[in-house]
Amino acid sequence: MSAPIITVRDVIKQFGRFAALRGVTAEFDAGRFHAILGENGAGKTTLLRALAGLAQPTRGEILIFGKSPREACRDIGYMAHPSLLYDEMSGMENLRYFAGLYGTTWHARCAEVIRAVGLDPELTRPVGQYSQGMRQRMSLARAILHDPRVLLLDEPFSNVDVQSARAMVELLKRMCDAGKTIFVITHQAQLLEGVADEFVWMQAGQIVDRTASLARASGRESGDAQ
Amino acid sequence: MTLATLVKDIRLEWRSKDALNSMLFFSLLVVVIFSFSFDPLAEESRHIVGGLIWVAFLFAAVVALNQTWARELRNQVLDAYRVSPAPANALFLAKALGNFIFVSVLEALMTPLFVIFYNLRVLGPAWQLIPVALLGTWALVVNGTFFAAMSVRTRSRELMLPLLLFPISIPAVLGMVAATTSILTGEESAHFWIVLLLTYDVVFTTACLALFNMILHAE
Amino acid sequence: MKRLFPILAAFTAIFLAYALYLALVVAPADAQQGEVYRIIYYHVPSAWTAFLLFFINFIASIQYLVNRKPSTKVAARWVVLVIGVVGVVACFLPQVQALLPAGMRPSAVATTVLLIPIFYFLIGWLFPGDRLDVLAVTTAEVGVVFCTIVLVTGPIWARPVWGIWWAPGDIRLTSTLVLWLIYVSYLVLRRFSNSAQTQMLAAALAVFGALDVPLVYFSIWFFRTQHPQPVIGGGGSMDPRMLHVLLISWMAFLCFAFLVCWSRFRLELLHREVEEAHAMESLAGGVAAKASLPLNRSPR
Repeated sequence: MSAPIITVRDVIKQFGRFAALRGVTAEFDAGRFHAILGENGAGKTTLLRALAGLAQPTRGEILIFGKSPREACRDIGYMAHPSLLYDEMSGMENLRYFAGLYGTTWHARCAEVIRAVGLDPELTRPVGQYSQGMRQRMSLARAILHDPRVLLLDEPFSNVDVQSARAMVELLKRMCDAGKTIFVITHQAQLLEGVADEFVWMQAGQIVDRTASLARASGRESGDAQ
Repeated sequence: MTLATLVKDIRLEWRSKDALNSMLFFSLLVVVIFSFSFDPLAEESRHIVGGLIWVAFLFAAVVALNQTWARELRNQVLDAYRVSPAPANALFLAKALGNFIFVSVLEALMTPLFVIFYNLRVLGPAWQLIPVALLGTWALVVNGTFFAAMSVRTRSRELMLPLLLFPISIPAVLGMVAATTSILTGEESAHFWIVLLLTYDVVFTTACLALFNMILHAE
Repeated sequence: MKRLFPILAAFTAIFLAYALYLALVVAPADAQQGEVYRIIYYHVPSAWTAFLLFFINFIASIQYLVNRKPSTKVAARWVVLVIGVVGVVACFLPQVQALLPAGMRPSAVATTVLLIPIFYFLIGWLFPGDRLDVLAVTTAEVGVVFCTIVLVTGPIWARPVWGIWWAPGDIRLTSTLVLWLIYVSYLVLRRFSNSAQTQMLAAALAVFGALDVPLVYFSIWFFRTQHPQPVIGGGGSMDPRMLHVLLISWMAFLCFAFLVCWSRFRLELLHREVEEAHAMESLAGGVAAKASLPLNRSPR
């Protein structure tokens, strides 16, 4: 078994009186595909944001490759429900710009990455005019642009048609096989059945179960009803 | 990275010219209103025009500053900056420079209008108006960009910016107005005021650069 | 501590009454202004108290900001020490003494500079961690109250004596106005901010304000030399009996300010404790079932 690359130690995250994460402790190995499941308000997004360095834990510690998330930012790719893209620029322009944030060596990858998510790099339409599915895919492209070792994706398949979603899953599987560590929050767990190495179940701000398949020992229904 | 961000901002601003156009028109309106409110033909007008011009610039600047981060807030693009290794200062400088250029364009448009409406003739060393304009605009813009970022996580965002900016800017405004009046009337030397503005700019640019990282990452 | 408060309150009440008696009855009438000048015993101590409170706020804010990282914390301490030492030594160098405005004695300036490290270390020692922020809020609020008193009594004094409500070039009144504006905006920021880092943002604003104040002072000072303005409050020396009453008034005001700050400080601490308790409750109310499963490592 490979050594853990991500360590979450007793992380508590409070927003005023509300505790989004209540003492999460876990270790994650490299090169695995983790699906994070749970009801709304279980703390999945907060955990992902904490891993990305966007939310500072109120207490506890997160280590990615032995460093704090912000120090390890080059190795982290993050994608959320808002597209994190400029609506007024085309996809290619967006990616070229964000490539610059990570150092100019990534410019060549932009076209390649856009094609990898199934979009056309030549498209000059501004991202604001894309369909929701296209925007999600372009957002994914932005997240993987700098070839990060860890991918944190918050509901990447929402509002995406089944075919595109399957294509995205294929892409993620290939990346995982190439050695990337992937975390996906989703309500469409059945898309990841057989693909994900592990299903992490969260409830009320804690990890309550970690299973290798969608069936849980406690008899919980596999995946949420869509 | 600063340059890339600046170029991008200018390009986006140029593409959606509606923001630019409405700002220009707003500036024109301000000048016209002022010319009706403060009699341009009065003997004393040259003494107060310095103040009028900078108040007008201040209003225009606030409107411009309020939309500094608007594009970044729309799709939570700021999160993309926060997770990237790009230094926060580079982003700040780019935004501040972008605002500086934008507000300077507005000033360049409003100044001839003031000259026309108030029949201005500069009695002092006119070239000194350039450093005054540059330093004064930068003073407003550097703090304005910083406070605009601070206001991102507050209620009544558009109100918070001038509320935070105006008190801190008072010495700079006094400097700008006094310097401009000195130059227009030719009665005193504007030397001290230019030095004051320079000091103000240095002090606050340093403070903004030192603290912006914390502001960017504030949840 | 709780028993001390009413005793101190009673003492302060008596002290204030005594100061009032001195101000209204004992102090001699002013040669030029007559009885009207007596408002000075309200106006000036309020000003000194407000400035002291804002100074404490500034020190607390800086410490709050630098204490986040151990490296900056240590660096700041050294910087403050150096400021103290250099400031005191410099005041006795002839070149520096020549630069001082007329009327300022080097020993007075040296003492003032020395106050910076003294306050810095005292406050750092008495108010560890989050209490720095509680101190900042307290001093800002009480300071604004006293500052308001200054700005209200100033024009009230000026009108009958000098015939004007306000003189824009009056350096003291105008600097006080700017300080008031800065701290009101500070309080508004604290109230309107949704961020988890409100305390940091407010501290940053306080630092900006502190950097601004000397610039305000110099800009108005120069403005005054170009455009001579009436000086509200007069300059020059003071009858020693008046000075005596003034100082006693100030002591009384300081006691009162201390009491108010103490109450506010305790109130804020209690408020935060309640919030903590609520947060703890919400934390504990989670699922407790996880203890039995070995969840640290992946199942395979």
